[in-house]
Amino acid sequence: MKHYLDFEMKLKPLETRLEEIKRFYDVNDPHYAKEIKSLEKKIAKLEKEIYSDLSPWQKTQISRHLNRPRTLDYVDHLFKDYFELHGDRKYKDDPAIVGGFGKFNNLTVAFIGHQKGRDIKEMAQRNFGMAHPEGYRKAMRIMDLASRWKKPIITFIDTPGAYPGVGAEERGQAEAIASSMYLMFSLCVPIVSVVIGEGGSGGALAIGIADRILMLENSIYSVISPEGCAAILWRDGTRAKQAAEYLKLTASDLYQLKVVDEVIKEPLGGAHRNWKETFTNTEKALVRHLEEILSVPPEELKEKRYEKFKRMGFFLEEK
Amino acid sequence: MGFFRKKEEKEVKVHKEIDIKREIKKAEAEKEETLWLKCTSCMELLYRKEVERNFSICPKCSYHFPISVEKRIEFTFEPETFKEFYSELAPYDFLKFKDTKPYSARLQELKEKTGRNDAVVCGSGRIGEIEVLSAIFDFSFMGGSLGSVVGEKITRLLEEGKRRKIPVIVFCSSGGARMQEGIMSLMQMAKVTGAINRLKEDGVPYITVLTDPTLGGVTASIAMLGDIIIAEPKAMIGFAGPRVIRETIKEELPPFFQRAEYLLEHGMIDMIVDRREMKQTLHKMLSTILS
Repeated sequence: MKHYLDFEMKLKPLETRLEEIKRFYDVNDPHYAKEIKSLEKKIAKLEKEIYSDLSPWQKTQISRHLNRPRTLDYVDHLFKDYFELHGDRKYKDDPAIVGGFGKFNNLTVAFIGHQKGRDIKEMAQRNFGMAHPEGYRKAMRIMDLASRWKKPIITFIDTPGAYPGVGAEERGQAEAIASSMYLMFSLCVPIVSVVIGEGGSGGALAIGIADRILMLENSIYSVISPEGCAAILWRDGTRAKQAAEYLKLTASDLYQLKVVDEVIKEPLGGAHRNWKETFTNTEKALVRHLEEILSVPPEELKEKRYEKFKRMGFFLEEK
Repeated sequence: MGFFRKKEEKEVKVHKEIDIKREIKKAEAEKEETLWLKCTSCMELLYRKEVERNFSICPKCSYHFPISVEKRIEFTFEPETFKEFYSELAPYDFLKFKDTKPYSARLQELKEKTGRNDAVVCGSGRIGEIEVLSAIFDFSFMGGSLGSVVGEKITRLLEEGKRRKIPVIVFCSSGGARMQEGIMSLMQMAKVTGAINRLKEDGVPYITVLTDPTLGGVTASIAMLGDIIIAEPKAMIGFAGPRVIRETIKEELPPFFQRAEYLLEHGMIDMIVDRREMKQTLHKMLSTILS
């Protein structure tokens, strides 16, 4: 099912009609060929109109789009001979985080990512990509394997945040997130993180300590969701739009703030409008950055990773 | 039975949500001396002087009230031995953030009120004969939130600890991230974690003392990474705040949820130490480790 956001709605009748023709009628019939052409023209024009100047709030909506590719979609398209690993060997398997090994660009790498799920059933099963401590502990297990097997790590970030629940707190949500970051600072293998959708706070950062941090054009990365921010600051969750502006959470904002190293271009309208192009762009960027860091000696890599994060922050130093 | 029920009800009140904004307001309001104060935990009305004489501990239920940085220094270090570092670091409003008032105005106001640039004081001091480096959060400054300055100061302190091989003790009290600094606040979690990693890999002891309240990004970095984690009695410690959890799960929270005692029971911290015994405990611990 194709899903439309409120500001995309104008596209719906045109695209539905286009699909209808392609599916049920003879496209070689000149009558329909003409209609297809005109429809495509209209869609292209409308796309430009809708998508050329997206606001931070619209980008937030796109980053959460139901049709947006998820971690396992990237893995499925970019990795060969991959397999998933399960469980933290301590408590349970958390389906909100997936991970395993596979061949990327002829190189064996570990992959770790949040997995949101596509339909309602899968979303509920995966808790909408909101991990419990065991999810981060599974991630750490895979990082540890990658480190011992000397394989690079690619992490895919796409979560509203770590799950706020009784069980999560009881089993040490804060400890799990802190330890995962801590471990990533210890590793001597190359790490690249890509924010593919929502980078929600500590739950995202827990698998985001990397040598290179990339972000898809319409993804977001923030200390708090715009809704949460509005609820706390103004006691009014409906002012999320305004909060999204202030938080500076878009890929281009974060590139300017020097938090991310590259913004990966998305097809017009967003990743959900053309998966293939999204995968190609992501693959290219990943290959380039991985190649660059693969040549760095392991100890230096670790040192540089620390230096990278150490530079982050803005303050004045009064003399 | 009725007698017991009443007591239970009283205890439930212990889990009252922490409302950061209100806490800040309260902390500010408390500057104006009133004769009486109400215990946050047991709701008893207490004579302020009596509480203060008692290390700001409730004489009825031994809840540990938040204390000022100055008091913490006085209770922890040998007199006149604490030297502050990095006080020249100051925050600024790089995102041009504005909620009910601009972040820049908020900072200016707090600077005037507290005489401090930001929410943490770092320095060195002696506990007995042992020299330690220490960071102390100031909850009255924007809820002890983790901004760029807090992150930078603590990172520098940890690097100093690594360089000089001197143990680092952090006294936490924080509502978590500082929204007004957006993503940079989040990145401070990573930054300090990197510095903690380097200190600990060199075998330098890193001790955290969690006081009421320690929440969010500070718990998920600085606090829970302690080689040894100590908490003050009844301190609220957690990742998500109780209000967020209650709204998410739409259920009442278990008794004593996210309190120090609950965390000890669940294996998340090493010990709960009364404020009056904190100095001796730290001294004993450090002299044992370092010998």
